Amino acid sequence: MEPLVIRGREALGKVTFIEHDNTEHVTEFEAGSTLMQVAVDNAIPGIDGDCGGECACGTCHMIVADEWFDKTGDTPGDDEEQMLSMTPERAKTSRLGCQIKTTEAMDGIIVYLPEFQM
Amino acid sequence: MVNTQKETTVIVGGGHAAGALMTTLLQKKYQNEVVLVGEEIHPPYQRPPLSKNYLAGDVGQDSLYLKPCSVYEVAGHQLRLGLRAEQIDRDKKIIRLSDQDTLKYGRLVLATGSHVRRLNAPGADLKGIHYLHDMADSDALREQLLPGKRLVIVGGGYIGLEVAATAVKKGLNVTVLEAAERLMQRVTGPEISSFFLAKHRDAGVDVCLNTAVIGFEADNQDRVAGVTLENGGTVPADIVLVSIGIMPETALAEAAGLPCDDGIVVDEYTCTGDPDILAIGDCTRHRNLFFEQPQRMESVANAVDQARTAAATLMGEDKPYDAAPWFWSNQYDVRLQMVGLSKDHDQRVVRGNPRDGSFAVFYMREGHLIAVDAVNLPMAFMVGKKLVYLRKRVSSEALSDVDVDLKSLV
Repeated sequence: MEPLVIRGREALGKVTFIEHDNTEHVTEFEAGSTLMQVAVDNAIPGIDGDCGGECACGTCHMIVADEWFDKTGDTPGDDEEQMLSMTPERAKTSRLGCQIKTTEAMDGIIVYLPEFQM
Repeated sequence: MVNTQKETTVIVGGGHAAGALMTTLLQKKYQNEVVLVGEEIHPPYQRPPLSKNYLAGDVGQDSLYLKPCSVYEVAGHQLRLGLRAEQIDRDKKIIRLSDQDTLKYGRLVLATGSHVRRLNAPGADLKGIHYLHDMADSDALREQLLPGKRLVIVGGGYIGLEVAATAVKKGLNVTVLEAAERLMQRVTGPEISSFFLAKHRDAGVDVCLNTAVIGFEADNQDRVAGVTLENGGTVPADIVLVSIGIMPETALAEAAGLPCDDGIVVDEYTCTGDPDILAIGDCTRHRNLFFEQPQRMESVANAVDQARTAAATLMGEDKPYDAAPWFWSNQYDVRLQMVGLSKDHDQRVVRGNPRDGSFAVFYMREGHLIAVDAVNLPMAFMVGKKLVYLRKRVSSEALSDVDVDLKSLV
């Protein structure tokens, strides 16, 4: 069981991160966080988030499970699209985790992590 | 029977490199206990926002922390914060702390970071003169950022310019004094400097180039009232920020007799001259297989990449540091992303038009790509990350032709 890590705010739902080798990490997320921050807070391997969420590094690539993709809000913006374009494991539901703000509708979301970040 | 007694790994320093090392060791399920000794009361945190949205007051302290403290503690590691490491006894493998306690280490990682370069000039100790290095500095500066006040920034590098952008948005009258002939001269080429000069002037910042500072004037309450220039002029000021660079923090290592040369000298495995002591981040002069010469690098990317190298070394893996350095800066609506070091280039190729607010400069040396600076053009940065690492030979025509898909060059 992964530790529950919450920055003093109310938990909003659960997310399952699945590593490249199929290791699963189930963790809670809180309102107003990003999926990058949730992964980093819980030391989930496979998400670096080196720039801290300034959309500057491209090291928080995640692949959202198909059925959850439309729950993650907007499709990637132009900057995010450019950042994603060079990622080696690009999929059609690829996103940068720092650009996905958590919402209640995402309770239960499943996210796959690539083997390598940029 | 194998001796299974575990030794403690001690990290001295609580900055980005230290935090990234803790994180990587957590992820790799490092078996030894890790104790981090940090001088600040905060767990490791992001410094880049200190000149941007944290300074502006848009985000709070807890959003800067790399991780909540509980994550380290759940894994059995310790953060000992608000403490200085005063001395390393390499024979006994003990560190003396500022609270008189001692810590025994099996392996020691120095992540002591840097301190700001101070301006030694008459009046440099007056009230109202700020430096920006840690969260407390950013808090102190934020309190002064009131509309209508006159902020004079000494130094037109990343930090000075990011603060200028933050402050002018808050309605201050901002002046930037830069001794060199262009902004960010140490880190970028003239096209990028010119672009940012225009950007700041358009926003209302008064930027003075070729303008050296020789002192400060006081009011009758020992507060700074003006900045004295070498050319004889004076710029009136309510607040001054001096942002003229950082120096590696090597005192602890030097006192312990570890080789230092403007940075703690480490090899590509982050090892110092002592087999039980590693060093990472801003404080190091290090080998990186990407470069022929040892480097000192002031960046988050270097802190993180060296931390990952150190984690591998601590776990007995053979993973030398081999990465192209990268950097970023956000000012106004502009995201500057850089990869590689441009200073030794012999040719520059511009893609796109700076007037459109989105362009890139490619720096070549003998036909090979050695660095890319991308302004609101993330694709050029991402492609650059690959090409620069490979020092790929690319045609300047293809780089400058916006009809050629950059991805096709990889």
